[in-house]
Amino acid sequence: MAEKVLMKGNEAIAEAAILAGCRHYFGYPITPQTEVAAYMAKRMPKIGGTFLQAESELAAINMVIGVASTGKRAMTSSSSPGISLKCEGLSYLAGCDLPALVVNVERGGPGLGGIQPSQSDYFQATRGSGHGDFHMIVLAPASVQEMAALTMKGFDLADKYRMTSMILADGTMGQMMEPVVLEAPEPVVYEKPWALTGTDGKRPHNIVNSLYLVPEDLERTNFARYERYRTVEENEAAAESFMTEDADIVVVAFGIAARVSKNAILAAREKGIRVGLIRPITLWPFPKAVIAGAASHAKRFISVELSMGQMIEDVRLAMDCARPVTLVNRAGGMIPSPDEVLAAIETAQGGLKA
Amino acid sequence: MIVFEKPKSLTDAPLHYCPGCTHGIIHRLVAEAIDELGIEGRTIGVASVGCSVMAYNYFTVDMVQAAHGRAPAVATGVKRSDPSKIVFTYQGDGDLASIGTCETVHSAARGENITIIFVNNAIYGMTGGQMAPTSLPGQVTQTSPYGRDVATQGYPIKMCEMLSQLDGASYLERVAVNSVKNVKNAKRAILRAFKNQVEGKGFSLIEVISTCPTNWGMTPDKALAWVEEKMIPYYPLGVYKDKYAEVK
Repeated sequence: MAEKVLMKGNEAIAEAAILAGCRHYFGYPITPQTEVAAYMAKRMPKIGGTFLQAESELAAINMVIGVASTGKRAMTSSSSPGISLKCEGLSYLAGCDLPALVVNVERGGPGLGGIQPSQSDYFQATRGSGHGDFHMIVLAPASVQEMAALTMKGFDLADKYRMTSMILADGTMGQMMEPVVLEAPEPVVYEKPWALTGTDGKRPHNIVNSLYLVPEDLERTNFARYERYRTVEENEAAAESFMTEDADIVVVAFGIAARVSKNAILAAREKGIRVGLIRPITLWPFPKAVIAGAASHAKRFISVELSMGQMIEDVRLAMDCARPVTLVNRAGGMIPSPDEVLAAIETAQGGLKA
Repeated sequence: MIVFEKPKSLTDAPLHYCPGCTHGIIHRLVAEAIDELGIEGRTIGVASVGCSVMAYNYFTVDMVQAAHGRAPAVATGVKRSDPSKIVFTYQGDGDLASIGTCETVHSAARGENITIIFVNNAIYGMTGGQMAPTSLPGQVTQTSPYGRDVATQGYPIKMCEMLSQLDGASYLERVAVNSVKNVKNAKRAILRAFKNQVEGKGFSLIEVISTCPTNWGMTPDKALAWVEEKMIPYYPLGVYKDKYAEVK
């Protein structure tokens, strides 16, 4: 059993990636994720890996594409404005069906925004991370331990489904320190017959490409890719449920918002309010079944977000708008307080009585 | 007796290039260099965006297709993944000297041990003949219909000259393929650029002055003459940097 160490979330991501076998990291400085790069800069040269500070976010994601096309694990990390620059590469990764891990330690936006925590890249991560039809697997950690665990899981899911996995962490997760246990996962071998390893004169050449000028061919690749996405949706959606069994009111929140909400829920339970929490761990695929299941007994939903309300759309869609959903939100780097969430719970409770 | 064969490193796929375009010659020179060095089995090519986008169909080596301008970054990733592989990019002027200038400059500055084949035909061919970063002053294109006006559209970028200021670049040479003599010289330079990589000598870039009869609105022979009369005087041929030049 590995020992418990105190680490920043960003550092936990970096060490977890190394334990997961990633030896190629490409980054560009941006607050509040720079500790990932700093950690990699220290560690990679000691273990025969590559740390490269790229000339831009664009270059960094394209270097990831280069390594990924050879079949090896590669990653990059950034924060919101930098992720916008990476979107071109995210689209190409999807079009080429390459596995990769991308970390977004979000800050407030739009534009240059601020450097304080945010969850306002939810739409970008789950719906619009570049041009064309595609999805990424989006993982939302709520502790430093989970930053590490989901990083390892992200690499596995990426290899398993030939997709990009994104760790979508708010700035709080990147910056806060918590005890964490880091253990190398059991290595799984993923066959990559498509990888560019040199023909060695023994096989026809492999081509990693996203260009299909014949529309029938391009359509076929899109349908095939979405077939794979359906498998991901069936198998990989994950959520934590907390005190939801008897809940009249269900709070839905991820990342730091979920931790704040838990405190509010415990306070509300003290007051006799039957309220619980659903914490999506995968934002794509969204845990629709868990939400729909809760809607069979819960009368009111509350979406708590560090944005102007983005996940709330998925909450409504998951249960076909069967129950009213209200929004508790702060934006621009602000975090909702437990009292704000508690007040919303009490309002919802009042609505139940009326 | 066979006196003229297709290089082993070229596939049988028919080239899609326009009649009279010199991309075909340059593809052949690259393939000959790969053949002669015996590196076909460990070479990985990076195709770019532009007329040569489908280069991945023409070389028998493993190939990846990069986004517009990003080939040197993708090549950096491929090379860093396995330095024993021979990695080259094949890029046009819009790709390398406009949208991808940053990636070009920084891969050179880092001294990435890769080979870049830079095809300069002074125009965007694939999209139908727009002004390129390398279009000559006064050159008429679809987006410079009155001729490139340097007062409002700026001057062409001379990439070899610019890159020669970087300590990281190892070998930079500008060649042309408009005559037998120039083709033979281009072959020597391209072979050298690949050999440098095999020997771990760092960043090599060969700028090849090429033709675009279709978008220049010229017959193939007039296009070859235009290279001689207009392009080469603006873009002088020669070695711009050679860290490992043999002392004569």
